[in-house]
Amino acid sequence: MLPNPFGKRPPLRGVLALYADPDSLLRAAAMVREHGYKGADAYTPYPVHGLSEALGIRKSWVPYVTLVTGLTGAGLGLYFQIWTSAIDWPIIIGGKPYVSLPAFIPITFECGVLIGGTMTLAALLVACGLPDFSTPILDRDITNDRFALFLPESAHDWNETRALDFLKGTQPADLRVVRG
Amino acid sequence: MSDHAAAMNEPPLIDSKKTFADITAEVAAPLERKPGLLWKVAFTISLLLTIQFFVEIAYQMKKGIGIWGLHHPVGWAVDITNFVFWIGIGHAGTLISAILHLFRQRWRTAINRSAEAMTIFAVMTAGLFPLIHMGRTWFGYWLIPYPNWRFLWVNFRSPLVWDVFAVSTYMTISIVFWYVGLVPDLASLRDRSTGWKRGIYGVLSLGWRGSERHWQHYERAYMMLAGLSTPLVLSVHSIVSFDFATSLLPGWHTTIFPPYFVAGAIFSGFAMVVTLLVILRKVFRMEDYITLHHLENMNKIILVTGMMVGYAYATEFFIAQYSGNEFERFTFLNRAGGPYLWAYWIMVTCNVIVPQVFWWKKMRRSIAVMFVVSLLVNVGMWFERFTIIVTSLHRDFLPSNWAYYRPTIFDYSVIVGSFGFFFMFFLLFCRFLPAISIAEVKSVLWTAKQNAKPAAKRAEEAAHAS
Repeated sequence: MLPNPFGKRPPLRGVLALYADPDSLLRAAAMVREHGYKGADAYTPYPVHGLSEALGIRKSWVPYVTLVTGLTGAGLGLYFQIWTSAIDWPIIIGGKPYVSLPAFIPITFECGVLIGGTMTLAALLVACGLPDFSTPILDRDITNDRFALFLPESAHDWNETRALDFLKGTQPADLRVVRG
Repeated sequence: MSDHAAAMNEPPLIDSKKTFADITAEVAAPLERKPGLLWKVAFTISLLLTIQFFVEIAYQMKKGIGIWGLHHPVGWAVDITNFVFWIGIGHAGTLISAILHLFRQRWRTAINRSAEAMTIFAVMTAGLFPLIHMGRTWFGYWLIPYPNWRFLWVNFRSPLVWDVFAVSTYMTISIVFWYVGLVPDLASLRDRSTGWKRGIYGVLSLGWRGSERHWQHYERAYMMLAGLSTPLVLSVHSIVSFDFATSLLPGWHTTIFPPYFVAGAIFSGFAMVVTLLVILRKVFRMEDYITLHHLENMNKIILVTGMMVGYAYATEFFIAQYSGNEFERFTFLNRAGGPYLWAYWIMVTCNVIVPQVFWWKKMRRSIAVMFVVSLLVNVGMWFERFTIIVTSLHRDFLPSNWAYYRPTIFDYSVIVGSFGFFFMFFLLFCRFLPAISIAEVKSVLWTAKQNAKPAAKRAEEAAHAS
């Protein structure tokens, strides 16, 4: 199911620190888990390597979707060719057998790639909850030249001052509280 | 990897003095200013060529494909030549974006976006030709296996049906790959713009916010798409070559065709990328991003693939003589010395001899030289397809069948029309979408900044970080 792009989302509440370069963000991210913050996220203009590990974000499951849908697509493509050529209306063409397996391989492959590729896109959108036009953009410079660390307000044990103090220690270029 | 580049003493891919904000601003600049006179003139010409193309198609649908120079025994000529030519052009985009991505060739970052766009427009152009070649274009949907009142299915053993699947899959996956790459950049543009532009870029960017949770999925998905596209790109031109190779015509019926076509496709595609980038970097002042280093790398690939193509010509010729089959022998001697010898020798000159200038570094780095060579390579590659198709057909087994194919004004119309159609889309792309991948160049910039620092400072920082 694709998400509703205009549907209401839980508001973003927490503390946002902006850094001028990826290394400062990486250094701060490395300390997040030590300080016991859960569900922290980083926002960057390009994928910064090592961030996911630092923040404890799990590896993406998208490749499994590619594998399974790709194989399914190839299987369906092959089945369709066999069904039309040998079962639904068998016709001898060029003296070849009804199930001309070598001749069916190119389309089997193309079906696998077509289904696998389009489903990879679908899986990416589902995984990221995109399209999403309701969650606010934290800072316009995140897609330009700012590297952000966001600590969300958790249900219990949330102390805004403590979070601000912790982030202040990481020397961000900018620090602010986000309320919905 | 960055250490590797430094150790190999390779030039940086981008000037390390630039900032992240510079990249966003400079790539977005052409989209934010009014189009220049040059763009307007080029667009008008392309638009006029496209209009005459569609007028020609309309007239041809009314009168039939006989208005082209087609007659027995040459039933495939300029239409199929253009189809194979444009499909071939399309191959460089996927090669640059997918194969170079998998091999971690980071110089691709500055050129992949425009090369992918080129692929999509080239495949669109190519896709028109089988449709108009059918003559009764309005029955084009018969190519698709759908349940119909005749209870008939398409013949899945036919390479022409494989072609339908290969080209449409290639088109779809190229668009998906291109669009996935565009999303973060569209978000950058959204965050720079105001008003209705912000709305459009906002919708197109799907609400991308650069979250690490999203990047994590994004990078893996991008890698998967690259992995799928790599065998796909090789399959597409192989399948196109099967259209010929599975026939029984001397000159077509050869096993060398799939690799030979793929090498030729990469060769012509890279030449087209060089042609476009030389213009693009000049007109949109992108010299800092598409550097001589990038262009030189591409010229090296042109040199290598050009020699692969030349080797294929030689092998083909040798095997024809060695086969002992007199029809096969005749076909090849007829190519090189028959009525179409001019086409054959244009092909050999442009594809085999001309790219040899790239052995010299000075030539590889000269804008004027590479521009001329890239144009000549594409002339040569067009004539390669013409040679394969027309000279094999025009003298078949029975001398009483022999004829000379002469293009009519309508053949010329579709040739120039296809160029107009292609360039029209490419010019629109340069105006409305970022021609360089903003996000990817930023990651390259950071590497360049690290490498630019003196070794002592780097060691100090490493100690500090741990």
